[in-house]
Amino acid sequence: MLKLCEQVYDAIRHYGEETYPYECCGVLLGRSADGVNEVEEAVPAGNTRIDSAHNRYQIAPQDLVKIQRQGRERGLDIVGFYHSHPDHPAQWSKTDFAEAHWIGCSYVITSVNEGVAQETNSFLLTGTVEEDKAFESEAVVVAALEAERC
Amino acid sequence: MKIHIPTPLRIYSNRQDTVSVHASTVAEALDALTEKHPDLKKHLYSDEGKLRSFVNVYLNDEDIRYLPEKHATRVSEKDALSIIPSIAGGC
Repeated sequence: MLKLCEQVYDAIRHYGEETYPYECCGVLLGRSADGVNEVEEAVPAGNTRIDSAHNRYQIAPQDLVKIQRQGRERGLDIVGFYHSHPDHPAQWSKTDFAEAHWIGCSYVITSVNEGVAQETNSFLLTGTVEEDKAFESEAVVVAALEAERC
Repeated sequence: MKIHIPTPLRIYSNRQDTVSVHASTVAEALDALTEKHPDLKKHLYSDEGKLRSFVNVYLNDEDIRYLPEKHATRVSEKDALSIIPSIAGGC
């Protein structure tokens, strides 16, 4: 299950609209326990795939190092990632799967049609090693009451 | 020196997010890490013994692949290594 407050949820969707017709991407910082990835903050990242930004994204590893450090200093872990699918369904693609390596993390996808955010889905990367990994659809719980924590 | 472990691999490092090792080069540090936590090895290295293509190792803010001496780069106690699997995709 992915749990996040309304403010973070809206920010993720808004970022996808802002970067349309290109894919947005970012990192979800929070805590993971008992099968729940609880997000405290969504950190936007630059999409380094400027050669094909309408249908590809990549977060620079050096940005990940910095974001991981920022999180560590605040007692937060990387619990997931988000990106948008411009004019494409909010379902993981073969490319998303091939490039997913953070087992236990949530991969959030928002479809953005003609510049407007539509569906937002989350997929948990399960498995034990690269060779047996799988994406599982997971519930997205938007907790309005916890907005003050964001 | 410290080695920062990413969330998915902490299950193989006794849930530690940071592992301290004594080493004088990047290679020694990674060896020391997998000696302490042998289960990490198959997640970091291919069957040929090379770092998996999606595993990035950063010495402070530098990708070790682009350092002149790569794995042989000297390190001090104040340095930190970060293991960062890549993140990418698209529709």
